[in-house]
Amino acid sequence: MKLGGVSRVLLIEDDPAVREGLELALTRHGHRVRAVESGEQGLERLRADLPDVVVLDLMLPGMDGFEVCRRIRAAGQTPIIMLTARGDDMDVVAGLEAGADDYVVKPVQPRVLEARIGAVLRRVGREQAEVERHGELTIDRAGIVVAKRGVPVDLAPTELRLLLELSGTPGRVHSRQQLLESVWEHGYFGDSRLVDACVQRLRAKIEDDSATPVYVQTVRGFGYRFGPV
Amino acid sequence: MRPRPSLGLRARLLFAFALLCVVTAAAVAGGIYVQARNAILQRTQDAAVQAMTSRLQALYPLRSATPGPDELGEIAEAATDRNSFAVAVYRETHSPLPPSSPPLGHGGAGEGARTLDFGVASPELRQTVAGGRTAWQRVVRQGTPILVIGMPLLIIEQDRTTRASGIEVYTARSLLSEQRSIDELAAYAWLIGGAALAFAVALASLAARGVLGPVRELGRAARLLGEGEMRTRIAVRGSDELADVARTFNNTAAELERLVRQLREMEADARRFVADVSHELRTPLAALTAVADVLEEEAARLPAPADRAARLVGRETLNLTALVNDLIEISRFDSGVAALAPNEVDVAELVSATLRLRGWSERVHTEVPSGVTARLDPRRVDVVLANLVGNALRHGEPPVSVRLRDDPHRIVLEVRDHGAGLEEAVLPHVFDRFYKASAARARSEGSGLGLAIARENARLHRGDLTVANAPDGGAVFTLRLPRRAPDPDGGSE
Repeated sequence: MKLGGVSRVLLIEDDPAVREGLELALTRHGHRVRAVESGEQGLERLRADLPDVVVLDLMLPGMDGFEVCRRIRAAGQTPIIMLTARGDDMDVVAGLEAGADDYVVKPVQPRVLEARIGAVLRRVGREQAEVERHGELTIDRAGIVVAKRGVPVDLAPTELRLLLELSGTPGRVHSRQQLLESVWEHGYFGDSRLVDACVQRLRAKIEDDSATPVYVQTVRGFGYRFGPV
Repeated sequence: MRPRPSLGLRARLLFAFALLCVVTAAAVAGGIYVQARNAILQRTQDAAVQAMTSRLQALYPLRSATPGPDELGEIAEAATDRNSFAVAVYRETHSPLPPSSPPLGHGGAGEGARTLDFGVASPELRQTVAGGRTAWQRVVRQGTPILVIGMPLLIIEQDRTTRASGIEVYTARSLLSEQRSIDELAAYAWLIGGAALAFAVALASLAARGVLGPVRELGRAARLLGEGEMRTRIAVRGSDELADVARTFNNTAAELERLVRQLREMEADARRFVADVSHELRTPLAALTAVADVLEEEAARLPAPADRAARLVGRETLNLTALVNDLIEISRFDSGVAALAPNEVDVAELVSATLRLRGWSERVHTEVPSGVTARLDPRRVDVVLANLVGNALRHGEPPVSVRLRDDPHRIVLEVRDHGAGLEEAVLPHVFDRFYKASAARARSEGSGLGLAIARENARLHRGDLTVANAPDGGAVFTLRLPRRAPDPDGGSE
């Protein structure tokens, strides 16, 4: 994770100018940036460098961004921020379904991208001695371990933060906007599909049946709440 | 606007047919009736006169020039047949009137002696007969038509001249049977006229249907075409004028469809071009934007004039980025890919968040009751509100206010300032793309697409955004949104 304020960023972007520009800007603000031009190279660097966060362009030659996204997710829980060149909603939805944590639309101002990186890397949880039990789910906020029936569940950082946010106040309804602000740190009105996509991924991991969720429940018209289990 | 109310085509056709039929039938039947009636009467008359003449001739020579009632009776007897009744008159004397002769039995005993009023024989007739000429007339007595013939008996002198003998014979003959024939004729004429009228009405209805059907079809097709259903065509039947009209309509519709498609293609091309250009601009801009901050931050350390140049490049890069983003946004509306992400939202929270996030809370007066919720896309409404409030703060005079009203079906957000308002000439163009109200404030205030995008966002909600000047000064932008925005995919939960 973020060590001493310096984070390692893996930037996968095929356009040399954009790649150089973002590398320049992020490096200037203290990140260690590894910039590569294709998905294949990116996956290689992922194994070698173990970056804290991946900034991934969706439109790549060769292996496309969605496939890269899926493979990064399959390999581990490194946070992924998509760079979408088009304001195409389908791209965003497909990217979120492929496991991305957040997205920014090009052209992006470096400070916006940095804020998003900061948000996905922020350490989550409170110091709390006790391990919470919710049905078959145990949440250890100190060690940041979530287990179901004693088996640890592998959660991406955003999924974990969403779960911790919701389970912190069981039974309380969180609106999508509130979740966007607290989990994604989106200052302005964010894209509520981020929340929906993340909830879907989270349910797939912790619920017995995603169609009839027990832990992360939908409150139609308002948002989501944790339990009551 | 119709100049005057007019009957429908059907009514007019029916009326014309019926009128035509009635006039024709009346003319034909009436003409034939009159002709036939005259012919019947004439023949009856001629036959009666002839028969009477030949009977009276058989009386000659007269036995006495001054006959008494008995002789007159004989004369009358001779002049009559079974169908008629006769009376012979000589000066004051006349043959006896039968007791039961309603046609003639009018003269009472008292006055009969003096004036001999036959009732049916008019004074004119009697005068003519007295003048030595045979005459007749038709009268109606107690509902029975009667032919009255008056004939003088003449005396032929030695020199072959004739003079009236003073004896007059009148016969009355009932025309009842003739009348019956004529009545039958008339009834027949009426019957045929009625049948013809019914036939005409049926024919007119048929013709009206034949005309009105295609006309109605044409009207329906024209309406559809007007509503934008460019593929509307009419089935062409037959080869009459209506078929010609239908064919013309079809040709026109086909031509229109072609033109509209061409125009739409051109428009789509133009819009696609803008979208493509915008997308192409994005990549270099993405690189520029990434380093614009660097340039601006480093500008302080650069020597003049490089510092100013760096700031300029940095600032304009951001402006260009905003413009391209707006272009892409509006081209997404144009191509119909812009989609709503509706959510149940507390409007007061939304308004205050919009103002708070941009640091406007202190500068904007709000009249927004809490607890009003609506189903809308908060991100898009935020864009609209931010644009309106931003404009009001930049161009208008304080205080700038945001007011919320609501009814069961919609919410209304009003953003108003207290400046001079907008010029009347400007009002209709405020939402036009790249419309600049004045050359003076042409730059540095957004892309020129902000209000166009705002309106598109409102319309995406099936709402609207309008502008007006408040009576006491200042521009008022009114955003109306339905309480429940249409859901693009059946509803996010």
